[in-house]
Amino acid sequence: MSTTRMSLGAAVGAGLRRALERDRKVVIMGEDVGRLGGVFRVTDTLQKDFGDNRVIDTPLAESGIIGAAFGMALRGYRPVCEIQFDGFVYPAFDQIVSQVAKIHYRTEGKVTAPLTIRIPYGGGIGAVEHHSESPEAYFVHTAGLRVVTPSNPGDAFHMIQQSIASDDPVVFFEPKRRYWDTAEFDVDAAPDLPLHSARVLREGSDATIVTYGSVVPTALSAAAIAEQEGNSLEVIDLRSLSPIDFPTVERSVRKTGRLVVAHEASTFLGLGAEVAARISERCFYQLEAPVLRVGGFDIPYPPAKLERHHLPDADRLLDAVDRSLAA
Amino acid sequence: MVDKIAYPVQLLQPDGRRVLRPEYTNLVRDIGPDELRALYEDLVVTRRIDVEATALQRQGELGLWAPMLGQEAAQVGSARALRPDDYAFVSYREHAVAYCRGVDPAEMTRMWRGTAHSGWDPHAVKVTNPAIVVGSQGLHATGYAMGAHLDGAEIATIAYFGDGATSQGDIAEALGFSMSFNAPVVFFCQNNQWAISEPVHLQSPVPIAQRAAGYGMPAVRVDGNDVLAVLAVTRQATQRAREGSGPTFIEAITYRMGPHTTSDDPTRYRSSAETAEWKARDPIDRMHRLLDWEGLLDGAFLTRVRTTADEIAARLRSGAVGAPTPPPLSVFDHVYASEHPLLEEERAEYAAYLAAVTDTEEALS
Ligand SMILES: Cc1ncc(C[n+]2csc(CCOP(=O)(O)OP(=O)(O)O)c2C)c(N)n1
Repeated sequence: MSTTRMSLGAAVGAGLRRALERDRKVVIMGEDVGRLGGVFRVTDTLQKDFGDNRVIDTPLAESGIIGAAFGMALRGYRPVCEIQFDGFVYPAFDQIVSQVAKIHYRTEGKVTAPLTIRIPYGGGIGAVEHHSESPEAYFVHTAGLRVVTPSNPGDAFHMIQQSIASDDPVVFFEPKRRYWDTAEFDVDAAPDLPLHSARVLREGSDATIVTYGSVVPTALSAAAIAEQEGNSLEVIDLRSLSPIDFPTVERSVRKTGRLVVAHEASTFLGLGAEVAARISERCFYQLEAPVLRVGGFDIPYPPAKLERHHLPDADRLLDAVDRSLAA
Repeated sequence: MVDKIAYPVQLLQPDGRRVLRPEYTNLVRDIGPDELRALYEDLVVTRRIDVEATALQRQGELGLWAPMLGQEAAQVGSARALRPDDYAFVSYREHAVAYCRGVDPAEMTRMWRGTAHSGWDPHAVKVTNPAIVVGSQGLHATGYAMGAHLDGAEIATIAYFGDGATSQGDIAEALGFSMSFNAPVVFFCQNNQWAISEPVHLQSPVPIAQRAAGYGMPAVRVDGNDVLAVLAVTRQATQRAREGSGPTFIEAITYRMGPHTTSDDPTRYRSSAETAEWKARDPIDRMHRLLDWEGLLDGAFLTRVRTTADEIAARLRSGAVGAPTPPPLSVFDHVYASEHPLLEEERAEYAAYLAAVTDTEEALS
């Protein structure tokens, strides 16, 4: 046992370090990932320790980063690309959805593209435009990509390594306002869950909250408040957005009869819509109330001083829980 | 111009003495004592704007700021070459361009404070709101210039971007488009040597301006810390644009003296010796020395410049400090130009939610 306390950002870095140590085909690529250690310092010291052939500062070109990494993957490498911020992935969108995602299908399984694409995402850090977006729905809508997001340091540490080990391309979303959250975990223990399993973080009997990434701690504090009011909430962290671990969600909903899905991304056609639809199909007779969604509004991410209105907080989650319980 | 690419145009040496290059000095023949003093004032005022905003960020009034310290001459020289009808497409660092175009200092910090995504009406001052997605503005400038060309308007469009931006597909595509359509656009690259932590040679092994040659575009390199030289080459390029001779690429060689933004720590990636070397080429010191050589500095003038800088800084400060946060429901404004039922529904729901929360809070207090 070697239990360590680490922030989520440092845990991603520690996971990357393990992956670099274990497999010489793992390379890290991105803007400012080398000397600077990334603008969030996630890759801090990696270039110093592994050299600039393994930790590669690239030109300022997102399409270039993903397209070149794809080429390296064709040559047997396992590139881990960093996109500096969510809003800058769009120049690379074509490479990701048209090329990377489709190669396995196109070649009838003869070619894999084991890329991991790390994207710090989401708001709540008071940033300027294009630095706070939640673009996950664009990627989960694309067949061929796996999409995951950890919400705590322990998961971050294991999930980044599991993503790198995946023979499918993985879009790895890092909830940037949780980068500085710390937790203790065992860096030598094997991961306790496969990459695509959801985690029941808190058991409850009156309603289920399903969420992921940055909203997980919000949901946990909502559940703590609800408990004082006499309501028992179950909280599920999806962790994987494609595929989604529906059996875990279904089990919970069969028990509680009520479901609220929460995320930062805009509600219309967001992840919550898919979860609501599937659960309504599969648990219709166990549901005591319609599945409710709490998400961002259907607006461009607002200026920093207004972002707290856009981001679901514990009060908005509890309001939805109340509506569900009242139904 | 193409063959001059290896020799950056310079009209002022770092010690303030003039350089005689008739081809370029002719372009600034009208810059007499008053105009020189006005340029000096612009440099001082814009540095003051930058220093004031940086201080405001440190005091917690702004969420972020991208300092332009050291790049004043590149920005002032190029912006003062523009005519009122020309249109400037800028990135997040062009505070001096904004100032020269007439953006109200009280509005300059809105985006950085986080109360708005824009800050000013771009059409009113003919300068865009800052482009955050690196390189995107190069194509916008090209399209605007194409429109102006089709309209037969005799104006120039100018796109400002950094050395890092030249690695973006958008800039490459802009160079291609503008040549295909002979668009009256000037590509103004401020090569400040760094793209956050990445040195310019990571973006290009050859001088940035050489990239233009592959598109058949004339290019010129200029000492970006020499306000007169920048004025001259930008006048030449905008003139070419206005008379229908197509695009020009300018590489202004300068240096970002401060951090990339107020969140950045440049000591992690560059040496203090390098910064010191560039300090000796400071654009304001250089102008100061020239004015001194030419007997144009006197106490009254310097006091006037300082007073102007103080006034503008005060205006910027009062515009930023305590600038109100817009009301919550304003997040639903302007998403679409006409009504949208989904948003109307969300607005109504959120208004009801806020009212209920307020009622509860009042009941509890
Ligand atoms: C498409 C895109 N990728 C990444 C970023 C993050 N970023 C902001 S500025 C910057 C460096 C830009 O360098 P350069 O173009 O040289 O301009 P400078 O900031 O030095 O003025 C980076 C990587 C961004 N804003 N947009």
